[in-house]
Formats: sequence, structure tokens, C-alpha cells
Amino acid sequence: MSAILIIEQILNGLQFGVMLFLMAAGLTLIFGVMGLINLAHGSFYMVGAFAAAAVAGVTGSFLLALIAALIVAALAGAMVEMVVIRRLYASDHLDQVLATFALILIFSEGTRWIFGSFPLYLNTPATLSGPVTLPGGIQYPLYRLALIAVGLAVWGGLWWLIERTRIGIQIRAGENDREMIAALGIDISRLYTLIFALGAALAGLAGALVGTIQSVQVGMGEPVLILAFVCIVIGGIGSIKGAFIGAILVGLTSTLGGIFLPELFKVFTDPATAQAAGASLASMSIYILMSLVLIWRPTGLFGARA
Amino acid sequence: MNKLLTCAAALALCAGAASAEIKVGMITTLSGGGASLGIDARDGFMLALEQSGRDDIEVIIEDDQQKPDIAVQLSDKMIQSERVDVMTGIIWSNLAMAVVPGAVNQGVFYLSVNAGPSQLAGPGCHENYFNVAWQNDNLHEAAGAWANQTGYSNSFMLAPNYPAGHDALTGYKRLYEGESAGEIFTELGQTDYAAEIAQIRASGADSVYFFLPGGMGISFLKQYADSGVDIPVIGPAFSFDQAILQAVGDAALGVVNTSQWSKDIDNPTNAAFVESFEEKYGRLPSLYASQGFDTANLLISALETAEPSDADAFRAALKAADFDSTRGEFSFGANHHPVQTIYAREVVKEGDIYTNKIIGTAIENHADAYVGECSM
Repeated sequence: MSAILIIEQILNGLQFGVMLFLMAAGLTLIFGVMGLINLAHGSFYMVGAFAAAAVAGVTGSFLLALIAALIVAALAGAMVEMVVIRRLYASDHLDQVLATFALILIFSEGTRWIFGSFPLYLNTPATLSGPVTLPGGIQYPLYRLALIAVGLAVWGGLWWLIERTRIGIQIRAGENDREMIAALGIDISRLYTLIFALGAALAGLAGALVGTIQSVQVGMGEPVLILAFVCIVIGGIGSIKGAFIGAILVGLTSTLGGIFLPELFKVFTDPATAQAAGASLASMSIYILMSLVLIWRPTGLFGARA
Repeated sequence: MNKLLTCAAALALCAGAASAEIKVGMITTLSGGGASLGIDARDGFMLALEQSGRDDIEVIIEDDQQKPDIAVQLSDKMIQSERVDVMTGIIWSNLAMAVVPGAVNQGVFYLSVNAGPSQLAGPGCHENYFNVAWQNDNLHEAAGAWANQTGYSNSFMLAPNYPAGHDALTGYKRLYEGESAGEIFTELGQTDYAAEIAQIRASGADSVYFFLPGGMGISFLKQYADSGVDIPVIGPAFSFDQAILQAVGDAALGVVNTSQWSKDIDNPTNAAFVESFEEKYGRLPSLYASQGFDTANLLISALETAEPSDADAFRAALKAADFDSTRGEFSFGANHHPVQTIYAREVVKEGDIYTNKIIGTAIENHADAYVGECSM
């Protein structure tokens, strides 16, 4: 196991983490501010990827594809909030889970109805394809480096939005006391629509960026959604900083666990058993991490609510 | 006049009902992530029926949603209330294991268009079960044989951590004579292979064998092409069918895969099949479509000599496999699984379409490894 391999795996873990952050940020904002469990968040991820693939197929431009992913996912988010979610703020979490689960089915079958069952084509633009050589002789795909950069930029942008702008103050106030800010004359329903659309747009962006190196197909969002929930539980629900730290932890644990656990097991047992046992334990590792964090801090690393 | 028309319509109805003498139940996957396989198999099957011109075969098609429990319900309904004579269509091995043993034990004939789990080829073989596609290990074994022919001696192997993934690597290693540079079982449904690709890069392998069906294969191939690792890749045809290739694009070009069928197998049946499929459905057929087409033609050939009600004669007619296969020569081994030639294909681009071209024969007249365990 060489140093180059380890550094490459850490980069892979980081890249996975920042993409999870794009999903987790929207989820945590929506849960933190509106108290809503949104299972349909994975659908916005899928909608973004399909919008990007459709636009890239017609125009051939990757930049336009990303813009389309943001806009279409934001519109889908705003529409869903106004038509369905708005009626659920007062309901308990079970109703929200049921309704948003129904939305998953509607989005999945709707997408299949429009685009068919076959996976769509979406590929990295020529300027970002292929590997680059990093200092130390590490060959790493340029596109994945770009993903890390985009993820960090979005984190910075969100931090600025929430800590330094008027909208950010309203969002933070909404997290603390929604009746009070409504009483202060802020249009709370407009704020909710905006947050929901923002969260959906981030999920759509993640879908387009990740769909480029994976496969754009119906149902692609749900596995990511589960991981994003793990991230926000680890980080503390409602906290952007927590979502970021949680996402990076999950990304690194999942990537490094998959590599090092089988190697570790090989010290004790024969390679075939070590491989199988290591692979199984690696897929459990993030949930073990989550349990440990929750035992240590029941509200998550940066969670405020008791 | 009106009265006359009603009579005519009623007569047509009566005639229609009376002439549908053979009932075929098709349970296949038409929704969800694996739908493209079921759709292709169904379309190939229906194309062959249409071309035969027979109007006495009624096909009842149901969607199993890739769920074993639903497949079992559908099969019970087809056998008990629809009283089908023949069943077919199942794509996935876990569904086949849930449905086939029960169906054949109730006297129904089952013709498999795709799934060929080892249990049904070995100790669990049955006189009413025929597999027109393959035994699951076949394409993996052929890939191992092709690796030997190409001179690969240090393969890195990759498959998802589930039964078919373990079978895949077992199948590959059965004929492969070189060393192992590493074996990884990935999570089923995994979409990011950066970590595995880094291990491949560091392993010093001279070839990579992977079995990642569906969306997993799309992700792997795109990421592999982008990583700059240039170790040659081989895989079974499952990751290189017509639907998947269009989503992978350039990243698949030049990759070698093993298949018992290819659109450029040179025989008149195959040429006519490819042309008529493309004309009817507006897309190139996949190997699943060819398997559906062959299954229907096997059924039609058997119906020409015997009725399913005469089970022994019908079974013998199926066993004879007296039909023109898209694969050329076709015969069944003792366990009712095909003995067939498997080719190595390379992914090429024809115009705007990505497709496969045969570059050699991986293994000839190959039966499966389990035939000895079958007591028929």
C-alpha cells in the first residue's frame, strides 16, 4: 500500500464527501428551518441529472447543461413546495414521510414516462476529461478535482449567504423561532419556497455533476438520499457546518473503509474471507460511525436542538 | 345490416377465442432499473411470433417489477386461473429460483429467455425446464478462456458482492490460467468506483475483468476511461448491450466482451432478425432480444410436431431444438441448457451508434460445468 494510493483515496473520499454535502445542505436547511422530512430530495437530484443530460444532448454544452440542472431542479422544488409541501408544515412527520414518498414515485414514473427506461448519455466536457499529474506523481482525473473545487465553492457561498446576507439572517431566525419572524413582518411562506428551491437546486447540481461520471437513470437519487440523511444526522440537523463536516466524514469513512478494512483483515485471515468480510464491514462503516457519534453527542456534532 | 355486423363481430370473437389453443405466460421485468432487459426480451419474442404467422398462440404478458414475491404471485395466477401451457420471460436469477421449480413441478413447461442459475443446471434440473440463453457462468468462463488466448497472465477482478457476482468470478477463474492481481467485491448498486480504480492502478495487473451489470457498468466504464489507467478491460456482454453502450459512449470503445450472440454473426436467420427488429422497433436488437427471438422460435418449432397436452412428445420436440437460431447451430445438453459457441466482441462506433463487432471465438461448443450434477 503506497503513499500515492493513500493520497489518491483521500482525494476520492473528499470528492465523494463534497458531493454528498450538496445533497445534505438542502436537506438540513429544509429540516432545520421548516421542520420537514423531505424524502423527495433524491428526486431533485435525478431531475437535475436528466435536465442536464437532455440539454447537453441538444446543445452539446456542459455549462448550459449545469445551468439547466440548477434551474429545472429549482423550479421543480418551488412547484413541489407550493403545491404539496405547504400543506404539510403543520402535520406530523409520518404524514410528511408518506407524502414525500409518494412524490418519489411520481417523479420516478414521470421521468420514465418522458425519457424511457434506458439510461441517458452525459459525459465530461473535453476540457475537463482525462487525468492530470499532481505533485508527487499522482495521476488524478481532472474532473474529480473540479468537483472538489465546486463543492468547496458552494460551501463557501452558502456560508456567505447564511452568515452575511439579509436572507441568511431570516433563515437563521426562522430556524430559531418561526412565529416570531412572521410576527416581525417577514413573508414566511415566500422564505420557505425560496429555501426549498435553493435546496432542490443544490441537489439538482449534484445530480448533474455526479451523473456525468455515473449513470443517468431513474431511481439514481435514492441511494444518495440515504447517505445524505446520515451526513446531517452526524453533523447535527439544521447546521450547514455540521452537514459539511458530516459529509466529509462519511465520504472519507466510506472510501477509506472500503480499501483498508479488507487489507486489515488480511493480516488475520486468508485473502478470500478477508475480502468478503472487509467488504461487508466497509458498507456498514458509515452507520457504525453514525452510531458512535450519536452515543457521544445525541444531537450530532453541531446540533442545537435537544 | 346492423344485425349482420353484430353477428360477424361475434363470429370473429368466437373464432378468435377458439383458435387460441396454446397459452403462453410471460413474466418479465418491464419497469424499474432493469426494465430495458425485459422489454428487449419481450420484443424479440413477440417479433418471432408475429413472423411465424400463427394466430393460435396467446401470450399473456405481466410485469414482475424485478421482485421475487410479485413474480411468484403472477406465476400462481397464470398457472391456476389462466391455465397456461408454457411459461417464459424471467430475466433475473433470483426471480427464476422463486418461480421455475414450482411451475415445472405443476406440469408447466418453462423456457428461460435469460436467467440460468447453477442450481437449475445441476441438481435442480427438471425435464420441463429448458434454458435457451445460457447457464449463468458461460460468458464468464468464455472471458477467462479469451484472457488465456490473448496472453493475459495477471488479471484484476471486480464484481458486486452478491451471489451472481461471486459466480462471475468463479466462472472467470474456472478457465483462466493466469495469476490474480487482486479481487474486489463491491457493494451492489455502487456508483462510484474511484477507490477501486486507484487499486487497479496500483496493482500492476495486465488486464481487468469486471462484471457490473446495468448502471454499475456505465459508471465504472466512464470513470475508468477518465482515470488515465490504460490496462485492457474485458467483461461479459451484460455490461455492453445496445442500451448501455449508448449511455457509456466513447469510454466503451475498444473494450472486449464475451457473448453468445452478436448482430454480425453471419447467418441468414440472424441477418433477417436484425433487419426486421430494427425496422419494427427503431433500434438495434440486444442479446436479450436475440434470446427472446430464439425462445419463441424454439416454441414454434416444437408446436409444429407436438401439442403441450402430449407432454412427452412436446418435451422431445423441444429437446430436438429443430429451429433456425440467430446464433447459427444450436443444441441442448443433457441438462437442457445450450451447448454453444461464445464469441469475443469489441465495442465499435458505426455512424452515431455504439455497437459490438466479433473479433474472435472465445470458446467453442461449450456446455456448462454443472451438467454432470444433473440426473436427467
